[in-house]
Amino acid sequence: MKIIVLVKEVPDTYGDRELSLESGLSNRSGEVVLDEISERAVEAAVTYAEANAGTEVVAIAMGPDTVPTALRKALAMGAAKAVHVLDDGLVGADLGLTAEVLAAAVRREGFDLVMTGNISTDGSGGSLPSMLGELLAVPAATNLASFQVDGGNVTGHRTLDQGSYEVSAALPAVISVTERMPDPRFPNFKGIMAAKKKPFETVTLADLGIAADDDSVSRSIVISVAERPARAAGVKIVDEGNAGEQLADFLIAQKLA
Amino acid sequence: MTFPQDSVLVLVEVSPSGQVQKSAAGLIGAAAGVGTPVALVVTAPGHGQAAAEQAAAFGAGTVLINETADVATKLSTPAVDALVAAAAQIQPELVLVSNSIEGRDVAARYAARTRSALAVDAIGVSRDEEGVVASHSVYGGAYLVDSAATAGTLVVTVRQGAIDARAEAAALNAQTLEVAAGASPAATITSIDEAVVESGRPELRGAAKVVSGGRGLGSAEQFELVNELADELGAAVGASRAAVDAGFVPTSYQVGQTGVSVSPQLYIALGISGAIQHRAGMQTSKTIVAINKDEDAPIFAVSDFGIVGDVFTVVPQLIAALKARKA
Ligand SMILES: Cc1cc2nc3c(=O)[nH]c(=O)nc-3n(C[C@H](O)[C@H](O)[C@H](O)COP(=O)(O)OP(=O)(O)OC[C@H]3O[C@@H](n4cnc5c(N)ncnc54)[C@H](O)[C@@H]3O)c2cc1C
Ligand SMILES: Nc1ncnc2c1ncn2[C@@H]1O[C@H](COP(=O)(O)O)[C@@H](O)[C@H]1O
Repeated sequence: MKIIVLVKEVPDTYGDRELSLESGLSNRSGEVVLDEISERAVEAAVTYAEANAGTEVVAIAMGPDTVPTALRKALAMGAAKAVHVLDDGLVGADLGLTAEVLAAAVRREGFDLVMTGNISTDGSGGSLPSMLGELLAVPAATNLASFQVDGGNVTGHRTLDQGSYEVSAALPAVISVTERMPDPRFPNFKGIMAAKKKPFETVTLADLGIAADDDSVSRSIVISVAERPARAAGVKIVDEGNAGEQLADFLIAQKLA
Repeated sequence: MTFPQDSVLVLVEVSPSGQVQKSAAGLIGAAAGVGTPVALVVTAPGHGQAAAEQAAAFGAGTVLINETADVATKLSTPAVDALVAAAAQIQPELVLVSNSIEGRDVAARYAARTRSALAVDAIGVSRDEEGVVASHSVYGGAYLVDSAATAGTLVVTVRQGAIDARAEAAALNAQTLEVAAGASPAATITSIDEAVVESGRPELRGAAKVVSGGRGLGSAEQFELVNELADELGAAVGASRAAVDAGFVPTSYQVGQTGVSVSPQLYIALGISGAIQHRAGMQTSKTIVAINKDEDAPIFAVSDFGIVGDVFTVVPQLIAALKARKA
């Protein structure tokens, strides 16, 4: 059984996240980390591999030259191999191009199960898992809060606004998991050392046979970026026994109550 | 049948039992702002006509109906196949889908299958000289970003509750849509446990006022205080992830980066520290009120009116004062 986990590198949500007002690209000069939900996908894949001998977990990421740190973390957590898709042609890639590239990288590697996070903390796209299902021509069971693999099937539970669903898909398949999955482990010293010796491949668009600048394909592009003005500082009072009264006055004065 | 050149194809989201989802009103409203809305409803057999009538009431005169039993067993693909068939007839410049979990999956698959440009989580659509533009509120509202397609159809998922525009009710012109099943294999739905729609309080998405509670409420029983204040104000109820994780309220109440994004006139945060992931879902609210015991809680950085105090003393006093002033 071969599990591919797609991991994404994102600007740390705990830091200040910036977009360039010229290019619309995120500024990666600050802390960049492994996306929190991708990390849970790695955890789930590695946990499965530990319990099922003969399972290989490969982590794949597309992104700039800072990405190897995120991939090394996946290796330190227990993935057996990492693949980094790195190419100048991918700067500013839209969802369509990202999906094509990741689908090609997954196909090149071969897979029984592709695991992704349901939604990334920066792009909030939540669309790659389904795009990959379509491009790889396999079923996609998305937004799973829990899942099991047995007998050539993956089954799982998903919660939507309209209710909760039990779903199943025959392998090979794509699944995406949510933040409700178990917390990721912290890589230990042994894991970090072992990661240094694990296979790490860097591939380009040419290796994947993709032309990023094909003008015949429709792409989504950013046409303007504006920063929202910061909020003006408000009032802060310490309750001295009548804060509830004061708040009632404020709400009524503002016509909010 | 011919369709106007400025037709916007709107996928109306319908629950498994045939209920048209609230998102449809905003989607059709947004479509009417840039062109002529043409709605598509994909339902289990027997539910198409009622759903189409609802879509017309929301302002889409022309409605294509596809009834198929597959909606009960196949994840996403029935709607994708129907969108492909509808778009082949309409040749729309713009396709609008709700940015719900199901809507995202359908839009993503549709864009991948037709190699169309995909813009996600838009808070509005407009038109400039070159065509349709989607607007996005990024990084918790810190940035406003506009996007467009280089060519062809733009597929847009629209944030639920973000569109205030509503189209006028239209006379229904319904038509059955013939759909050929696509080749893409789908995951199988083995069971559905449909949520009971709670009534009474306004829905969190798109609500004008929201009262949210966090871990500081301490227990599910004590979370009742949040409900009481919400009912006094006619507000919807939200929560932090910590309150959801602690089991005070269901997951659907979660406000924030991985929950619901809200932008109400009034947002009241009770016993919520204001972690960046929570702020990402509420910091574009017009007026923010926070009550927290910890004077250094980050929620105060985005508050218009902050109270350093205990929710269990301040909130009951607030409710009593509001009742007294109303009387
Ligand atoms: C990838 C990712 C996504 C996330 N997505 C979300 C999201 O969508 N939404 C979200 O909310 N969080 C999200 N989180 C979690 C977030 O980081 C915080 O952990 C969470 O918001 C904390 O919730 P809280 O403020 O209720 O709890 P805490 O941080 O524990 O704060 C409780 C607050 O209550 C105050 N308090 C306690 N008792 C009282 C009292 N009697 N009166 C007044 N104040 C009191 C305390 O001073 C404290 O400030 C996410 C985290 C990650 C990593
Ligand atoms: N550049 C990328 N490289 C690898 N995986 C990615 C990338 N972008 C997105 N993903 C995967 O797709 C999931 C959903 O991302 P998104 O559609 O961007 O919200 C993430 O949790 C990742 O698992």
